[in-house]
Amino acid sequence: MVKGKATYEVPIGPIHPALKEPFMVNFKLEGEKIVDADPHPGMNHRGIEFMGMHRNPLKVIPLAERTCGICSIVHQHMYTTALEHAVDIVPTERSRYIRTIMMELERIHSHVLWAGVAAHEIGFDTHMHFTWKIREKVMDLLEAISGNRVNYSMWTFGGVRRDIEEDMHPQIKETLDYYKDLYDKLEDIFLGDPSIRHRTRDVGILTKKKALELCGVGPTVRGSGVKKDVRIDQPYSAYPDLELDYVIPSRYGYENKGDVFSKTLVRLKEIIQSIDLIEQCVKKMPEGEITSEPNKAALLNKLKTASGEGIGRLEAPRGEAMHYVRLTEDNEDVDCWKIRASTYNNLATYAPMFMGEQIADIPIIAACIDPCIGCMDRAEIVDIETGVKEEYTKDELHELSVQKTKDLLEGIDR
Amino acid sequence: MKLSKTFDKSLWVFHVNSGSCNACDIEIVSTVTPRYDVERFGIELVGTPRHADVLLFTGPVIKKTKERVLRIYEQTPDPKVVMVIGNCAGTTGVYYDSYAIEGPIDTLLPDDAHLIYVTGCPVRPENIINGVKEAWLYLEKLRGDQV
Repeated sequence: MVKGKATYEVPIGPIHPALKEPFMVNFKLEGEKIVDADPHPGMNHRGIEFMGMHRNPLKVIPLAERTCGICSIVHQHMYTTALEHAVDIVPTERSRYIRTIMMELERIHSHVLWAGVAAHEIGFDTHMHFTWKIREKVMDLLEAISGNRVNYSMWTFGGVRRDIEEDMHPQIKETLDYYKDLYDKLEDIFLGDPSIRHRTRDVGILTKKKALELCGVGPTVRGSGVKKDVRIDQPYSAYPDLELDYVIPSRYGYENKGDVFSKTLVRLKEIIQSIDLIEQCVKKMPEGEITSEPNKAALLNKLKTASGEGIGRLEAPRGEAMHYVRLTEDNEDVDCWKIRASTYNNLATYAPMFMGEQIADIPIIAACIDPCIGCMDRAEIVDIETGVKEEYTKDELHELSVQKTKDLLEGIDR
Repeated sequence: MKLSKTFDKSLWVFHVNSGSCNACDIEIVSTVTPRYDVERFGIELVGTPRHADVLLFTGPVIKKTKERVLRIYEQTPDPKVVMVIGNCAGTTGVYYDSYAIEGPIDTLLPDDAHLIYVTGCPVRPENIINGVKEAWLYLEKLRGDQV
């Protein structure tokens, strides 16, 4: 028999049944207890920013939405608003409302999807099938409005490409009523069921202090009681005209504990909030044009010589995300494009959440931040002085890392 | 061993993602959930390539997971079918001129690999079901052959 405690490593990923996306985490374990978690991102790196910087601004719109298929509206919105900011294009009043309706519909689809994934991770496939069944209803509405189930291609500079006509309002109302009717059942399953409660209560705790220190975003930190929501802090699109409040557990009589249960609660309550926001939008939507730049050829010509830099921010279903775009006169393509997705921030919160938990809790804790690896995996090393772009292989990076350790040790010796 | 008649009506599939944007991946999950429900045809998502008859492949192959994708292909027992899901898996689609992309998958797999292309960006669940039908037709031809 082995005496004393020996830690051993379990690599999970990049292609693994517990993960829906390519991602890798090395766990150090003492018996069943996790003592260290070491994430290895980069398994889904496609070089999206690099590709975007070699295309003209209009061609980047479809690329931007293919950063991630679940939050395609998010990236489209951030890219277009960043560019609008850079070259002073003002979106029309009506398009702001259409954009908001689409973003909130996507939030419903994303949160219902997450609830299904969470149920699957803790072994309740019945609930997973139930949530995915009710998700199809919002997919139908998104398809009716945009023409596609996923990757909607709705956004364009200065507005949107498709209108929400009067005759679509009954379908919107029907869909929202469908979710209102089913919401109690959904809450009963995820908050009332004793076995789900047992698996999620006090699991993967993120304290408010840690949440603030690690700069987490979205429902991940709102579950810990952090009041952080771009829709309220720095309203964009139609949000300044709408009434909404921070969704945190204490608002509904629960403790701001920051465990998986709190995060589930926040996501479920946000579904109801989204339904309310869409209803407000439909009521208040003004008449008018849907885009302020109908002539795309003229716009492209203008953008070829335009210069400026802009930022697009929004509250994605997973938390705050941001795009930075720069155009210069002598470059026809997008000169610089940087994406900061919400999962990038939330990844840092994994370490305190995994610590001290059991191997069997890995899937649900991994899922509780609603990770979106497709959004996050972008990194490129650019030498600022020469502008040379370089890639590093794993071995080279390892050598660099070893070298750094050696250098530090020498420094200490001296 | 000869393939029996029951084999082609109980295809087990394994999902491999290498650089996909998630859109096709969630449509695959939509296909196995109640609205489209391919489980009524005996199709099931399994946890390891060693149990699978069909590989559902999504995404342009990216540098970092290329070796792993090829290893998964080798781990899958014969006879097998690779369903290439989505435009970017078939042609790399919107992702072109990138340093990180090695695909598309058909240039990397051995010549005898049987591929079924399912197009769309993202694919529609109905189209995936059509792709599964193609896989049946291929496997039906093999029935009675020595494998």
